[in-house]
Amino acid sequence: MMRPYTPKDNVQKKAYYTDRFWVAPRIPEEPVPEGSDYAEDVAAVKKACKVLNAYIQRGQLVIYVNSEDNVTALKALKEERGYDMLSELSAVDFLAERGGFEVFYQLLNLNAARRLRVKCFVEENHAVESVNPLYRSADWAEREMWDLMGVKVNNHPYLKRLIMPDDWEGHPLRKTYPLEGDEFAQWYEVDKIFGKEARDIIGPENRDPGRIDRYDTERFARLGHEVPRGAPAEMVDKAEETPISYQEEEGVFLIQKLSAENSKVLDKRR
Amino acid sequence: MAQHQVNYTQSGGLPVALTTVDKILNWGRSNSLWALTYGLACCAIEMMASGASRYDFDRFGTIFRASPRQADLMIVAGTLTKKHAEFIRRLYDQMTEPKWVISMGSCANTGGMFNTYATVQGVDRVIPVDLYLPGCAPRPETLQYAVMLLQQKIRRESANKSQKPKRLV
Repeated sequence: MMRPYTPKDNVQKKAYYTDRFWVAPRIPEEPVPEGSDYAEDVAAVKKACKVLNAYIQRGQLVIYVNSEDNVTALKALKEERGYDMLSELSAVDFLAERGGFEVFYQLLNLNAARRLRVKCFVEENHAVESVNPLYRSADWAEREMWDLMGVKVNNHPYLKRLIMPDDWEGHPLRKTYPLEGDEFAQWYEVDKIFGKEARDIIGPENRDPGRIDRYDTERFARLGHEVPRGAPAEMVDKAEETPISYQEEEGVFLIQKLSAENSKVLDKRR
Repeated sequence: MAQHQVNYTQSGGLPVALTTVDKILNWGRSNSLWALTYGLACCAIEMMASGASRYDFDRFGTIFRASPRQADLMIVAGTLTKKHAEFIRRLYDQMTEPKWVISMGSCANTGGMFNTYATVQGVDRVIPVDLYLPGCAPRPETLQYAVMLLQQKIRRESANKSQKPKRLV
């Protein structure tokens, strides 16, 4: 589905955001049409467990169930309605708004080419039941959900971190997790390799990739005006350029020195 | 006995022979820089291009080896994640002395645009680096120039010094 096009020719002249507090547009929720295939899907889930809400969003059915009923609902959809494939599974952070996560299961019926989403709300520190017995693809997806969002999964065969290292602290895709990492994350590799006592020697991370200290001759040299390593600061601003040398002036033992006169430069391609 | 002692520094004795050995050793080292294949991200594509026939690393004697035991040079090509930092240190430690490191590209130099919790902000936080190579990603010519600069650096070094531990940061 494509994003609606907004003309951008005049974009330099006006401010990007006119709204001070931008509110994300809500995708309209339409009722499930009577007698459609989606209505039968909803009926099948209703027979198995309690359905909190069911609506159509962007032409796809969304069924909201209780978090305890997730396996029952998916089982009904898989066995009675032919939703054989779990294409996606994850959680959305609503900790600040509602104190929990919205876990969604995106299903696909391969024969009818229909997609459907089952959602449930899980409070923080509560767990969902694993759907791994129904769908094998849930194995890694649930590990990823645990790893990045911190939603626990009951009866998972091997609930271990998938993406972050095993000894990581925190769940990085939560909205409360800072993008540049907490203290643990910022010192992770130093603590692990050299130990905590090396923190003072190595120093904190420099998070400004545009920062250049031209007087730091230990690490960098001004391009075209190179000075010896560790040279004093007053040498840095020297005016004369350092010629780019591919080899030492006097040449290298047993190695032919490239001379511009003897080399042939092709002026055009064949 | 004392009057027969040779003052080597004055009369051009042993040190002259030693510098020649230095030169031969360094000539050998600088022209057979076997690099560890260390492609971590998109810079690896440029590194592979430098190794392939058009840019041809072989004429510098740089051959990629898949084992740290056989490598002298580690070209860190790409983004180093925090999960991987432990392994890059281990592989660096497994390389035999003398060894050199080229940090290739913005991500390896400073973390680049990945100013996040999961990226090491510069490989020099973990292993000592001899040469920083800017660019995103650097072209194969740039990597060739870096290797040539490193060769010049090796030729300037004394060959039989016990390599003093390099500065960590």
